[in-house]
Amino acid sequence: MKNSVLLLGLSILTFNLSCAQDTVNKVDTPEKIPFTAELLIDEIPVPWGMAFLPDGSMLVTEISGDLIHYKDGQKTKVSNAPKVYKRGQGGLLDVATHPDYENKGWIYISYASDEGKEKGGHTALMRAKLKDNALVDIEQLYKATPNTTKGQHFGSRIAFDNDSYLFLSIGERGDRDHNPQDITRDGGKIYRFNDDGSIPEDNPFVGTDGAKTAIYSYGHRNPQGLAKNPETGEIWDNEHGPQGGDEINIIEPGANYGWPVVTYGINYSGTPITDKTEMEGMTQPIHYWVPSIAPSGMAFISSDTYGADWKGSVLVGSLKFQYLERLAMDGHTVTKREELMPGLGRVRNVEEGPDGLIYVAVEGKGVYKLVPKK
Amino acid sequence: MKTFLLIYFSAIITLSLYLFQNQDAALAESMQRGSEIYSDFCVTCHLQEGEGVTNTFPPLAGADYLMANREASIRGVKFGQQQEIVVNGVTYNTAMPDPGLEAEEVADVMNYILNSWGNVSEEMVTVAEVESVSEN
Repeated sequence: MKNSVLLLGLSILTFNLSCAQDTVNKVDTPEKIPFTAELLIDEIPVPWGMAFLPDGSMLVTEISGDLIHYKDGQKTKVSNAPKVYKRGQGGLLDVATHPDYENKGWIYISYASDEGKEKGGHTALMRAKLKDNALVDIEQLYKATPNTTKGQHFGSRIAFDNDSYLFLSIGERGDRDHNPQDITRDGGKIYRFNDDGSIPEDNPFVGTDGAKTAIYSYGHRNPQGLAKNPETGEIWDNEHGPQGGDEINIIEPGANYGWPVVTYGINYSGTPITDKTEMEGMTQPIHYWVPSIAPSGMAFISSDTYGADWKGSVLVGSLKFQYLERLAMDGHTVTKREELMPGLGRVRNVEEGPDGLIYVAVEGKGVYKLVPKK
Repeated sequence: MKTFLLIYFSAIITLSLYLFQNQDAALAESMQRGSEIYSDFCVTCHLQEGEGVTNTFPPLAGADYLMANREASIRGVKFGQQQEIVVNGVTYNTAMPDPGLEAEEVADVMNYILNSWGNVSEEMVTVAEVESVSEN
């Protein structure tokens, strides 16, 4: 008996050692917090996207359809915001400015749209310019098809890399058996565009028969965080797993991230989706969360504004546990997880502003600015 | 007369059985559709068994607030809600975004929630009832 217990213990130990990451990973509560959270913009029900303009003002999307311009302490509604398909997780979603906004003036917006023949909606991308508090020169750049009345998984984060390519995430729209693994269908993908919405000739599936050529990577579930790593220029995502199995991935051209063939998560009903967590030809996440934190939004701390040891950290919002998570990184390895601003509310988004400060969007509250402690 | 009464009562019994069964069948169908809406829109926060997450997402299973506040619950599902509520002695103040459901879908998911995990509701939620609930 004693031997069998020992054997069991040893096999559990071996099993754990053979994994890239402990199955259940721990989040710490830090002793010292190097910032004070200041509520900058109040009373926004679901602030989803945030973008910073050169004059120090900000654009914030509210999921029901309002594009808010925040300037000198005042909130103003911008007119001509796109008409949105408001259902489930859909609505007015991300907003981003062109990396060379000062010269080009383009603002990019992702949203759920009911445009098209079928009932329902799917994720769309547009760009426009801001003039006299209205969007002008509006161009729709992409609209995923076909529409569906499913309420979930629109993805919709926008990020630019160092060459001004635009990356857009689109979730699998609640159809995991058809969309994520099929590159001829939209959904469950990260897309790459030129800044005018055209498709780069060296996108990985250009020339592949029937493929949606805007696709850059596939096998995703619902990426609601997308950011450029300022050190390496890589595009990183975080995405919602089902129950367990939220992930951070580094986006590589043509890569398959495995959903739903491999996952660290299970169905909400407790039944397994698959017994596989890895497979040849499928890219592993650099980090996964069990249990799920429901990650939304992602930002890198690029400066030592909050202290030298915070530089290079990744920040992720938790919708489920209602805090902001800091992941200390050593290259591609998470070395530590910290819970910041516990009990704050559903953290929908986090961005680093051009001033090096971190801005956190919280449902039911608004936008917080993290002011460094002296 | 005897024959008449016999026919009369058996007709009434047959008719009422038929009506009850019909209502049961209608409820079962509504709950079936409601369970699909639930796993599409609600399960991520309120979880599979309606247990919720204490202090964050209120439970639906055995929830005193839900069973006692039928109209307010329909309103919450129909329009979303943001207000402090007390469920089984715990205060919740998490915003629930408007799920954007049609009236029939609100009725279906309400019937599912009101009749699952040990919850029992006397009266079926109808589309007309949902339509009569206003935002304020």
